[in-house]
Amino acid sequence: MTAGETHQAIEATFRIERARLIAGLARMVRNVDLAEELAQDALVVALSEWPRTGVPDNPGAWLMAVAKRRALDALRRDKMRERKHQEIARTLDETRDGAAEAIEAAMDDDLGDELLGLIFTACHPMLSPDARAALTLKVVGGLTTDEIARAFLSSEAAIAQRIVRAKKAIAKAGLTFEVPRGAERAARLPSVLEVIYLIFNEGYAATAGDDLVRPGLCLEAQRLGRILAGLLPEDAEVLGLLALMEIQASRQKARTGPDGAFIPLTEQDRARWDHLLISRGLDALARAETLGGDGPYALQAALAACHARARRAADTDWPRIAALYDRLRVVAPSPVVDLNRAIAHSMAFGPDAGLRLVDEIADADALRDYAPLPAARGDFLFRAGRLAEARSEFKAAATLTRNARESAFLLARADACDCKH
Amino acid sequence: MRVMVFGKATEDSKMDGPPTPEQLEAFAAMDRFQEELVKAGVFVAAAGLKNSAQAKRIVCEGPRRTVIDGPFAETRELVAGFSIWEVKDMDEAVAWAKRSPNVMPGKSEIEIRPFFEAADLAEFMTPEELSVPREGERGKLGVA
Repeated sequence: MTAGETHQAIEATFRIERARLIAGLARMVRNVDLAEELAQDALVVALSEWPRTGVPDNPGAWLMAVAKRRALDALRRDKMRERKHQEIARTLDETRDGAAEAIEAAMDDDLGDELLGLIFTACHPMLSPDARAALTLKVVGGLTTDEIARAFLSSEAAIAQRIVRAKKAIAKAGLTFEVPRGAERAARLPSVLEVIYLIFNEGYAATAGDDLVRPGLCLEAQRLGRILAGLLPEDAEVLGLLALMEIQASRQKARTGPDGAFIPLTEQDRARWDHLLISRGLDALARAETLGGDGPYALQAALAACHARARRAADTDWPRIAALYDRLRVVAPSPVVDLNRAIAHSMAFGPDAGLRLVDEIADADALRDYAPLPAARGDFLFRAGRLAEARSEFKAAATLTRNARESAFLLARADACDCKH
Repeated sequence: MRVMVFGKATEDSKMDGPPTPEQLEAFAAMDRFQEELVKAGVFVAAAGLKNSAQAKRIVCEGPRRTVIDGPFAETRELVAGFSIWEVKDMDEAVAWAKRSPNVMPGKSEIEIRPFFEAADLAEFMTPEELSVPREGERGKLGVA
């Protein structure tokens, strides 16, 4: 092995351990910045020692032991100004010269737990979703500030500042990096899931011309979702979110044409869907449903699964989709869900059913100037044979959308109403 | 990136009859390793394969097809199982593979092969060619 390769191998090993290392250290020193610094110090030591000694059997425990020693030195330099520090120092001392096995055993107990604690802290609801996303990608995903900035089409300075503010807020609030239990966990989990899904959607919205880091966000979110499902395998919503992301990601290659134009679900070439991801998604959904999964993510995953299971668009189980929207509307009410519900009912029970439901929500403030509303209404009217009315709905929708391709599509549908006259 | 990780057989890695205590222990170590991969978000899929006594080879020579029944002699070339991982790069895949317990008695090999990605095919296929619908092909795991 050449020196260069060793360096690379060490960095790869470090990347595997980094998040858990930072998580363990953050809980100890109650400071994300210091934890990142200590982990980096441990890497520097590994880079100088491992080429000589070889990579140790348990690199994670080795890195943690080095970082803990550094933490202790740092605290001693601070002259133990606070009693809290003394307590921490005492715990550190106990493991300081302990055998690798002892450290390893202690770590095995806590490792998953500590990483979970870090995820919950980085995704604390007191932080804005954007701040949570940036901090999570940095400390859990291991992305650089520059990569995060490119992924979110932002400047490096802006992202760096967002992360610094988030870290300060965490320190000021005195968060302990513990995993919340019971009712508190239930209350805080949604803000974790929201951030992972936000990261996923940011990647999903990326276009072909974008920097590769952007579509890479989907993979990053899937990895976070898989990690979370590994740590909280008994939570139906965690599994629901994972299932939702796996199934949505399965369509990534089929959802744009060669010219970059968006291809709607019903028109996608289903042979291009990634069936490995679909089977993973269906598997996670089945586990969520066994656990009684009835939350917004499990329901959305169940909706996505209805499409994934249909070999052809015509095979889609629309009555089931309509029933799932009926339920989603209760669990996570929103005007957009109402509109999708109307579309599902129109597909399952005919255009009049869709028209009835869409008329109930036509006055909702959130749907004012919302192009998909007249577009859906136009589609129902068209299918009901009320072409003149359909035409004016399509025209209205075309003027509301800001997307040129979508506007052209809607105008073409308006024209098609004339042809049938 | 997605990689396929092949676990190669050794001459002694025959699985006839009930597993020995050593084999059971090796399987338990493999389970722990797989669990670690799951928790790291790396694991995508895996399967073990029956030994080559149950295998068949089809030799294609022009229009001719000859079927050869197992077992096959060159054990070191035989795949005993495979996993699919989602990793950031080959370095990460290698770092994980090095942690795999050796479930075979004696020396064994692990081979890591990256999947073709759309970017690899871009050199000799146009985006149009890549997106030609290929009806009926289902269950594809990669682009090629």
